Amino acid sequence: MIQSKISIQHLYYTYEDGIEALRDISLEIPANEIFVLFGPARSGKSTLLRLLNRLSDLDEGTARQGTILVDGQDVFDRSVNVSNLRRRISMVFAMPTPLPGSIYDNLTYGLKMAGIRERGELDRRVEQSLKQSALWDEVKDRLGASAFALSGGQKQRLCIARSLALEPDVVVLDNPTSGLDPISTATVEESLFDLKERYTIIMVPHSVQQAARVADQAAFLLDGELVEVGEAGKLFVQPTDQRTEDYITGRFG
Amino acid sequence: MTTNSSVTAPTPAAAQEKGQRIHIGEWIIENLIRLAGLSTVLIVGLIFLFLVREGGPAFLDIPLRQLFGSRWYPIEGIFGLLPLLVGSLIVTVGAVVIAVPLGLICAIYLGEIAPTWQREILKPLIEMLAGIPSIVLGFLGWVVLAPLIQNAGAATGLTAFTGAIILAYMSLPTIISISEDALYAVPKEYRDGALAIGATQWQTIWRVVLPAARSGIVIAVMLGIGRAIGETMAVMMVTGNAANIPALSSGVIFQPVRTMTATIAAEMGEVAQGSLHYNTLFGIGIVLFVITFAINSLAGRIVGTRGARRTGAKL
Repeated sequence: MIQSKISIQHLYYTYEDGIEALRDISLEIPANEIFVLFGPARSGKSTLLRLLNRLSDLDEGTARQGTILVDGQDVFDRSVNVSNLRRRISMVFAMPTPLPGSIYDNLTYGLKMAGIRERGELDRRVEQSLKQSALWDEVKDRLGASAFALSGGQKQRLCIARSLALEPDVVVLDNPTSGLDPISTATVEESLFDLKERYTIIMVPHSVQQAARVADQAAFLLDGELVEVGEAGKLFVQPTDQRTEDYITGRFG
Repeated sequence: MTTNSSVTAPTPAAAQEKGQRIHIGEWIIENLIRLAGLSTVLIVGLIFLFLVREGGPAFLDIPLRQLFGSRWYPIEGIFGLLPLLVGSLIVTVGAVVIAVPLGLICAIYLGEIAPTWQREILKPLIEMLAGIPSIVLGFLGWVVLAPLIQNAGAATGLTAFTGAIILAYMSLPTIISISEDALYAVPKEYRDGALAIGATQWQTIWRVVLPAARSGIVIAVMLGIGRAIGETMAVMMVTGNAANIPALSSGVIFQPVRTMTATIAAEMGEVAQGSLHYNTLFGIGIVLFVITFAINSLAGRIVGTRGARRTGAKL
C-alpha cells in the first residue's frame, strides 16, 4: 500500500454551540493527487480543512478527538510549530484575501516571515509562483502596484501564488473559484493539474461538476459524516451509496 | 349587494384622498428634517459670528508683538497669549503621548487577544470610564495624583504632567472604544489569510489588522485629542494655573502651566463686559476654535483619502 501524505483517523469536532461538525472521519489522502471534499453546505468540509493546518486553533470553545497525521506526524502534537505547519500546508480561501500592499509584497510577506530575505531568492519565488498560478503574464510589469487594484479572478490567483511561493507540501483550497467567472475558473482549474506534479492538493469544489472535472480522489461528506470516498472515476459514475448518487445527480443539495 | 361591494372596494375618490394625506404627511416630515438640519448649520454659523464679533477687537487693538508675547498680565493690560498656547500645547501633547499608545495597546488586547468573556466584561467598564464627570477626575488628580508627583521630587504637585495624565485618562475611553470598533470591523478573512501563510498572531495584528483599521484608529485618536484640548475643569484643578512659559529644560512638564481653556473659565467671571480683557478672552476662544477645526479637518482628510482609495480599488 502506498504511504499516504495525510492520514485522518477517527476525527470528531464539536463547536462551542454544541453542533457536531465532524463525526468519526477517517481518510487517507495520497501525495501528488487532487483530493476533493464535496457535499452540501454545513457538511463539515471547511471545518475539516481548517483543522489540517490548525487554523481552527482560533475558534474558541471547541472539542476535538482523533488525530491528523501529516507525513506520519500528528499536527496536534504540542511540539509542532504552528507557523511552520501552515507554511507546509498552505491554504487558499473562498474569498480572495489580498493583504494591504503591493503584489510583490503580498507574495514575499510569508517568505520574509519564514526568514528568507535574499533578494534573488525572493524574486525567483515571486516569478515561479506567479507562473504556476497563471498570473505572471498579466502582472509581470506592475509587481509594485497595489494588490487591491487587481480584478477578482486575479486576486484569487494572487492568493494561490502567495501560498505557492512558500513552496509548501500541501495546498488546501476552500472553494477557490466561488467568485470567479468561467474563464478565470478554467484558468485556475488548469493550473491545478500542473500543480499536482509537485504538490498534494486538497480542494473543496464550487460544484459537483467541478469536483468531477478536477478530482483524482473524492470524498462525499454529509452532516459531518463521511458517506463515501474513492477514485473519482468510479465515485462520480457508479457511487455505491444511495445518498451519494442522490447528491451528484442533483436530487438534493 | 351594492352596499357590500362599496365596503370592500373604496371609491376612487376616497383612494385619491388617502393618497393626498400620505403626500402631505410626507411633505411635513421632509421639511421638519430639513429644518432640523439647517438649524444646526445656522447655529454653528451664529456662534462663529458671535465669537468673531466679541473676540475680533482683541486681534485689532492689541499689537501683534504683544499678542504673541510671553507676558499675560491682564490687570496691567498686557495680553500675551504665548504662555497659554504653550501651556495647552504641553498638556495636550503630554496627554496624547500617554493616551495613544496605552489606548491602542488596550484596544488590541480587547479586540484581538482577550477571550470573549474578558472582552464582555472589560468593554462596558471602559465605556463607563467615559461617563465619569471630568470634575471627579480632576478631584482625583488633586487629591491623589498631585501629592504623589510632589513626593517624587517636583516643586509642586500641580504641574503640566499632572494635567496630562488626567487628560490622558479622560481621552482613553474614546480612543479604546473607537479603535476597538475599527479593529472589529476588519474582516476575519484578512486574519485567516495572514495566518494561513504562517504569520504569528502578533505579525498578523501588526502587518495586516492595524493597517486595515488605520482610518478608524486615526478617527479615534483625533476624537481623543479633541476631548483633551477642549477640557477645562479638570485641567484647571491640577495644572497649577501659572501663566508663565515653563523654563525650557528636561523638567519642562513638571512645572505649573495654565491652558487656554482654564484662562477663559477662571477670568471670565471677573471681567468687565466690553473691555479689552473681555475681548481677548473671546479671542482665545477663536484660537481654540481654529485649532479644533484644524484637527478635525486633518482627520477628515486622512480618512477621506483612505476611503477614496478604497472605493477606487473596489475593495
